[in-house]
Amino acid sequence: MKYKSQKVAYWFFALSMLLLVLQITYGFIMGFARIGFDNLHEFIPFNTARAVHTNLLVVWLLSGFMGAAYYIIPEEAQRELVNVKLAYVQLISLAVVGVVAVVGFHFNIWEGRKFLEIPRPLDYLVVVNVLLFLGLILTTLFKSKRRTTTALVLSMGLLFAALLYLPGMLPFDSQVTDSFFRWWVVHLWVEGVWELIMGGILSFLLIKLTGVDREVIEKWLYVIVGLTFLSGVLGTGHHYYYIGVNKIWLVVGGIFSALEPLAFLAMALFAVNMYRKGEKKHPNKLALYWTLGSAIVSFVGAGLLGFAHTLPQTNLYTHGTLVTAMHGHLAFWGAYAMIVLAIISYALPNMTGRKLYDSATGRMAFWLANIGMIGMTVAFGVAGVAQVYLERKFGMDFMQVQKEISIHFVVLILCATMFTTGIGLYIIDFYKHGKPTDEALEINE
Amino acid sequence: MLSKKQARAFFLGGTLVTFLIFIGLTVYSLSEGADQTNHENLTAEVVRGKEIWESNNCMGCHTILGEGAYYAPELTKVVDRLNVRYDGNGEEVIKSILMSKGPWQPNGRKMVAYGMTEQEASDVVAFFKWIGKIDLNGFDRIVSPLAKDKINN
Repeated sequence: MKYKSQKVAYWFFALSMLLLVLQITYGFIMGFARIGFDNLHEFIPFNTARAVHTNLLVVWLLSGFMGAAYYIIPEEAQRELVNVKLAYVQLISLAVVGVVAVVGFHFNIWEGRKFLEIPRPLDYLVVVNVLLFLGLILTTLFKSKRRTTTALVLSMGLLFAALLYLPGMLPFDSQVTDSFFRWWVVHLWVEGVWELIMGGILSFLLIKLTGVDREVIEKWLYVIVGLTFLSGVLGTGHHYYYIGVNKIWLVVGGIFSALEPLAFLAMALFAVNMYRKGEKKHPNKLALYWTLGSAIVSFVGAGLLGFAHTLPQTNLYTHGTLVTAMHGHLAFWGAYAMIVLAIISYALPNMTGRKLYDSATGRMAFWLANIGMIGMTVAFGVAGVAQVYLERKFGMDFMQVQKEISIHFVVLILCATMFTTGIGLYIIDFYKHGKPTDEALEINE
Repeated sequence: MLSKKQARAFFLGGTLVTFLIFIGLTVYSLSEGADQTNHENLTAEVVRGKEIWESNNCMGCHTILGEGAYYAPELTKVVDRLNVRYDGNGEEVIKSILMSKGPWQPNGRKMVAYGMTEQEASDVVAFFKWIGKIDLNGFDRIVSPLAKDKINN
């Protein structure tokens, strides 16, 4: 750690861990409901559990991205954050908005729009919160004479993520146009600007962990984010095939979303090549595991599994089935959850001064979480494909099919238990590092 | 070999061009002649139905237009589908489910008892009927069971 103000990142990461645990808890509630154990239905019906599960995912990832920015930007800009107190105010307000939203979901207070369930008054608070965050990050950057590509790409990603939240707040009377512009937020976040954030964090980590020249890494960073937007923006069309808009999206969405895996492939090749090229062997092996793991698993989850059902001919049958859940779980895990866990693994020893670089618990956490998540993905995939055939090809009734495939959710719960054990070990390691301290500054120096 | 400057130009140029095409296609697909969103048939009832649909987060269990949570049935074409199953009484069946004050548990999977008024239930049905008339580029014929085909045959 080079600057005292970087310590604020620790608390964003801690909030991420807390919300991740809650997210997993609600995931289990849904998993058990699917095999018939929905004893909590009176208090937490499925739609509440789902809204909490997906919204907590968004909030803990955002908290992780914000922590990453508070850690990376001072180091890249070579100066302290402009105002640390305001960063803490921003952290607390983010936590308050998240908690109020989640509590509200239990009392039927929501917008009922997939992924954007947070009610409108809280949306405005989110906007204020994000503006404060961006103000702190961008002012820090502009007050510095050093503007690196890594910092610019990361900041651009965060700025565009904030701007793209706005189309989701437009009111529409039609379900079709409502859905159309909702995807401007959801798709252009996860298959667009969030990849800038991921690319920025990945680039920072590779520079630190491999020692490869910054110019080389940042050049490829431009190519990767270029590929992301080239395919991802028009790839939004794959959400428009069957929601009631013009057929032109079948062609445009089909072609460009089929190209989306290229950006993830480039990212995986880039990360592995930089690791091989690197002469510096950083002792923080766990950070390296999560960094390379993120690049590779995101290619499989977001790239390959996304491609598996993105062509209109396939999507006609898979649209609105568990096949989407299969892709969604591994994509979010690989691309965004793992990169947040990577930056935490890198930053934590630097902020606390405790160099737990290669612990057995840390390694177990990595493998158990990954194997568990891959198992969950397979369970969703088998259930989804069976659902497609039984329901869409053979015309069986929805609920009959759900009974047929419920066994796959038993497997899902078993794999989720393995995943949770991995996350539990990661959090134990997090806790073992202790609190951030100014003494860590001296150790590094 | 590609320079960093060229890489940046690729990123900025590619992004700008694709974004402009995206905006152009959005305008085109929602413009008169190309528009197939069925917005001309929106009524006050349908809009109220959509509000009820959203304020109860129905998408948190069901899917509509293929979007939702995959826990409860797809509701695109639901009126047609239940008409086939219940001798033309699809609307009444839906309304009775929505107005029920007791729990509804088809095949053991529970639905929240909403206890809606007659008016609210009618609005939701109007919303479903409006959804059922949208041209979905073939998806309406896939949604199980193939209500449209059964009716046509």
